[in-house]
Amino acid sequence: MILIINICKEKLHYYEFVKPIEDILKKNKINFFTRHYKELKLREILNAEKIIICGTSLVDNEVIEEKNVKKFKWIKNCNKPILGICGGMHVLGKIFGGKLKQKNEIGLFSEHFKKEFLGIKEEIEVYHLHNYYIDFSKLRDFEVFNLNNIPQAVKHKNKEIYGVLFHPEVRNKKVIEEFVKSTNFYT
Amino acid sequence: MKLALLFSGGKDSTYAGYLAKKLGYEISCLITIISESQDSYMFHTEKIRLTNEQAKIMGIPIIQKTTKGDKELELKDLTSAIKEAIKKYKIKGVITGAIESVYQSSRIQKICNELKIECFNPLWQKDQIEHLNDLVKNKFDVIITKVAADGLDERWIGMKIDKKTIDELKELNEKYKINPAGEGGEFETLVLNCPMFKKRLELK
Repeated sequence: MILIINICKEKLHYYEFVKPIEDILKKNKINFFTRHYKELKLREILNAEKIIICGTSLVDNEVIEEKNVKKFKWIKNCNKPILGICGGMHVLGKIFGGKLKQKNEIGLFSEHFKKEFLGIKEEIEVYHLHNYYIDFSKLRDFEVFNLNNIPQAVKHKNKEIYGVLFHPEVRNKKVIEEFVKSTNFYT
Repeated sequence: MKLALLFSGGKDSTYAGYLAKKLGYEISCLITIISESQDSYMFHTEKIRLTNEQAKIMGIPIIQKTTKGDKELELKDLTSAIKEAIKKYKIKGVITGAIESVYQSSRIQKICNELKIECFNPLWQKDQIEHLNDLVKNKFDVIITKVAADGLDERWIGMKIDKKTIDELKELNEKYKINPAGEGGEFETLVLNCPMFKKRLELK
């Protein structure tokens, strides 16, 4: 069972940032349940095999406020596979001590990957919608997979924790499919 | 939260507004951009003037701007309409009916980001057949007003979107690969009635 975590402040953003991911899982006949991060229970985290933390809108910074990021401190001791998308990647980065920096990118961009990352490699077109990114350069536990100075795709070196700055639910749905279908995870 | 609905009078923007209203958001105004060009990059041209009538039926004020239809001018005119909505109706965000178009969506996202307001796209990436079925399920009375694709001829003008039409659109999707909800400009629609309307829009 996959746990999808909604981080949106506004209810209406569910349709834009959460439902498209639910639809990908439905299409692949993968069981999931969705919870808002403010309502998430410990037993629900324990019941999940894998976790996806969705993104949110450009001006919604509520989840990265210190008091809210703290609600994700369980991630540090979690050995389940996690995929953080955009705002979800910001959360992962903040939990592991990364610095939030400003960078506005909206629309389709070409990104180069030095290594295969969840089924994508070399040059691909991605959809960006962010005002910030996490500087992973000082986080020794993380590997950055793209060539650009802005980390677009990262993975924890010892855990199945992935982060993508772009939105794979818009372009590159296979990233999500690869994450949920892969079996090399810790439980 | 007070929002403005970018409104073309067609099924997508109207349904996006309906979803917002259902969740308790207040639609303080509609914004309609009327293009003088038939090749408008951003906005539907056909029947858009009927939006005035639809606004009256919904009891929501409307901001209408005419644009020459030139790519960048359209964006400038849209920005000025949103600024007017912020000033006049104190809106904190904009709702669009974008489903697939990154071109349309990312430009509106940029405008909203610069103005520091929310941009809501509740139909974003939605399966187009699911969308058509949701219109029928939620009692949206929608007709096709313009066609521009293989397999869609004059017979389709005025056709109501119902179960039978959806089946035919599915077949055309399989045969000609058209977007079944017309997202690629294959057809345009007009909402005659829906749960947000106080009465049906009668065409003269």
